Amino acid sequence: MVKDQEFLKSKASYCLDLAKKMGATDASVTVGHSISETVNFRNKSLEASDRSDGLALSIETYSGKRRSSISSSNLLDENIKTLIEKCFETTKITPEDEFNSLPDKNLLAKHISSLNLYDETRFENDKKIKYLKDLEESASTDSQIINTESSFTENKSNFILANSDGFCDGYKTSSFAASCVTVAKDENSMERDYEFSSKRHLSDIKQAIDLGNKAAKQTIRKLSPKKIGSEKISIIFDKRISKGMLSAFASAISASAIARGTSFLKDKIDQQVFANSINVIDKPDIIKGMGSQNFDSEGVNSNTLQLIENGILKNYLVDTYNGKKLNLKSNGRSGGTTNLYFEKGNISYEDLMKKNSRSLYITETIGHGSNLVTGDYSVGATGFLVEDGEFKYPVNEITIAGNFKDMFKNIILANDLEFEYSVNSPTMMIEGMTVAGK
Amino acid sequence: MNNFFNKSDLTRQDADKIVSETLNNCDDGELYLEESKSESILLDDNKIKSSNYSSDLGFGLRAISDEVVAYSYSNEISKDSLKNSSENLKSTLKSIKGTYNHEIPKSNKKFYEDINPIEQKTLDSKLEVLNKVNDFLRKKDGSVKQVTASFAGEQKSIEIIRSGGEALTDIRPLIRFNVSVMLEKNGRKETGVYGIGGRQSYDDYLKNDNWKNVCEEAFRIASVNLESKPAPAGEMKVVLGPGWPAILIHEAIGHGLEGDFNRKKTSAFHDLMGEKVASEGVTIVDDGTIDNRRGSLTIDDEGTPTERTVLIENGILKNFMQDRHNARLMNTRSTGSGRRENYRHIVLPRMRNTMMLSGNQTQDEMIKSVDKGIFAVSFGGGQVDITSGKFVFNCTEAYEINNGKIGSPIKGATLIGDGPSILKEVSMVGNDMMLDPGIGTCGKAGQGVPVGVAQPSILIDKMTVGGTKL
Repeated sequence: MVKDQEFLKSKASYCLDLAKKMGATDASVTVGHSISETVNFRNKSLEASDRSDGLALSIETYSGKRRSSISSSNLLDENIKTLIEKCFETTKITPEDEFNSLPDKNLLAKHISSLNLYDETRFENDKKIKYLKDLEESASTDSQIINTESSFTENKSNFILANSDGFCDGYKTSSFAASCVTVAKDENSMERDYEFSSKRHLSDIKQAIDLGNKAAKQTIRKLSPKKIGSEKISIIFDKRISKGMLSAFASAISASAIARGTSFLKDKIDQQVFANSINVIDKPDIIKGMGSQNFDSEGVNSNTLQLIENGILKNYLVDTYNGKKLNLKSNGRSGGTTNLYFEKGNISYEDLMKKNSRSLYITETIGHGSNLVTGDYSVGATGFLVEDGEFKYPVNEITIAGNFKDMFKNIILANDLEFEYSVNSPTMMIEGMTVAGK
Repeated sequence: MNNFFNKSDLTRQDADKIVSETLNNCDDGELYLEESKSESILLDDNKIKSSNYSSDLGFGLRAISDEVVAYSYSNEISKDSLKNSSENLKSTLKSIKGTYNHEIPKSNKKFYEDINPIEQKTLDSKLEVLNKVNDFLRKKDGSVKQVTASFAGEQKSIEIIRSGGEALTDIRPLIRFNVSVMLEKNGRKETGVYGIGGRQSYDDYLKNDNWKNVCEEAFRIASVNLESKPAPAGEMKVVLGPGWPAILIHEAIGHGLEGDFNRKKTSAFHDLMGEKVASEGVTIVDDGTIDNRRGSLTIDDEGTPTERTVLIENGILKNFMQDRHNARLMNTRSTGSGRRENYRHIVLPRMRNTMMLSGNQTQDEMIKSVDKGIFAVSFGGGQVDITSGKFVFNCTEAYEINNGKIGSPIKGATLIGDGPSILKEVSMVGNDMMLDPGIGTCGKAGQGVPVGVAQPSILIDKMTVGGTKL
């Protein structure tokens, strides 16, 4: 069983009391406990089981404007005492930083509403095994599938965040995740693809059979790929890739990147950065949402933020420290976005596919090719050549490149938005990018 | 020597007993105990932004029978906790019986000292170096707009207890010093990053004001990029510089030669043992035995002494990298490549220091032989799709080559290639093999482990460059 609030609270207040006693002017502490159980299958039989049980503690101590932190997994009182001593010793010789402080008291979350993020259902390992058997059966019906690997993970967590201004709250969360990776082979090639489902509640997880079928189908259609020539072409990003554009955007508007001046979106507030049909929203209070939260990692209340309105940048993601630097109030985004999404567009998936007589549909990218200082983007890609709205043949060993500043202004979104993950996007088309191939 | 048994009610005798009992009917497995102490100190935006210390202690109990691996970890080292893990493993493996393999090779060689680098340098003197870095770079040139510098240090103590009570221990120091600088000129911003590190004390790397060289190198890379033009797009010849660009070898070849993917036949290399996979003159080894290198290990995380494993010899595929589990299932021996990020993770076959050995040509000859292509000197990260064999890596410093001469610097672009065929496109191997500066971390299945790479300059006849200029 995951440790209860009382246990975590008693550890948190022990830490705060001790820090205060040693002379810390302020302190904040997070104590968490998490239990995970994973079962792995391969080619329809059990391959591994993995159980983890972990406590985690992190403490920040302040001496005026001086601050330092420690973290540990060892929650024995004796160890905590040694660590806090060490932490506070370090704090005292760390140089002052005028922006260091606990969050403003009036911004701290006050009322915790239930977002239904915890499902206490215990999915026994035997049931996980049954699920994975069904999944792999359905994934291996086609003889071209030569390897299947799948896993089911169940996680239960609890945490308490407390600070010396009297904030002390936390809550339990759960997650269930099933995934399947399949390998297919024909005379020309060997390809891999995947499908997964991750939810707060067990009953929302996709059916094993659907997951297996989909993974297999997506893998088989990649067989015998061709390399295409280098050209400028319209690119359609599958949902699993288009949401990555949102993540890159979110990193570029973090208050830390803005304050340091290392973002291509610095000084762009109230300016057009996306096509004017685009709206981007970050909503922390979606019931059962994978990214939902009652408060951020500093205890600050988080409300829904419209980040992009009709293509115009309206907000950065602000935490306490960088907010003070930029003269902005924290908007509860220490730790990043919550449930981030593009509002859906007004063209159907089918019409988007037919918009050009020829386009490139991307299902996977590899490499770390996003430069958030310059906005330059260049990654390896796999996908399909689309002609007249239909997949013609699979394509690989190509790269796609552009600059986010131009790409964002040329985005067209389909109307197929679904809330599956903590970052969600409809299918996306961007015109005018460069493909490098033969 | 770390004593894991004076911290709780668990005695060594208890641990031996539980381990032997749990693994009695299994093919392999062990109790892995780990204590790590680490620090990170960061200067950013003219200030000491953070100083963090962390300590972690825990165990992982692993039992293997046939193809099934059962694993359970906890950060509470106690009799109850170990018993719980043991019960958990027994219930997973209840229907499978094995025969425990007690054999494990021994060696007295050590590749680093038992030091704790964190305690060998005072916090004050670390802060002083970081502040000097900031002042030095900001005074150096008006275009310097942002400086980030950091120290990261760690000492990890491990003990492996096998069925029957055999115990193996290792104490592993590791440090890294990093500088990143952002320049702005005529409205353009570019960054340059450089770092050094390995398994010695901070001062071994920082003597003779070596921090200045790290600053100069980061500044140089950023300055070059300020002048960069859009990169070309399409297939062309690529000359790679020596040292760190060997992450191409790591991505293109290394991962595909790890034992697990080949046992499962999901690697593009699984049926190529003994075949020609590279041009003649190409020899690649994975070596865990180089003194004080970031990827070196005295013993791996299963207790096997590391070695220098020849992967490709003169173009022919010779060996895969193995941990005990995959080696047993493939009827071969462990190459001392079983590694894990920490006690929270299972062991996987991983790289250590992956190196292409020198040939006898010069970088000059390579450049002169290219009519149109690029010369790539430094890289950011890379990634590979093991199954299709396609891999990428991102240039952070590269130049055009026109008619045998190095031309303008080009913007960061991704290069993409095909692992099993790329080494056949190597037409020249340089005489200038160099190790990387000690900064690599390899990710696999969510686990990061420190690694090294090395190579001489090489000429690749055909590779796709992912620029924007057609």
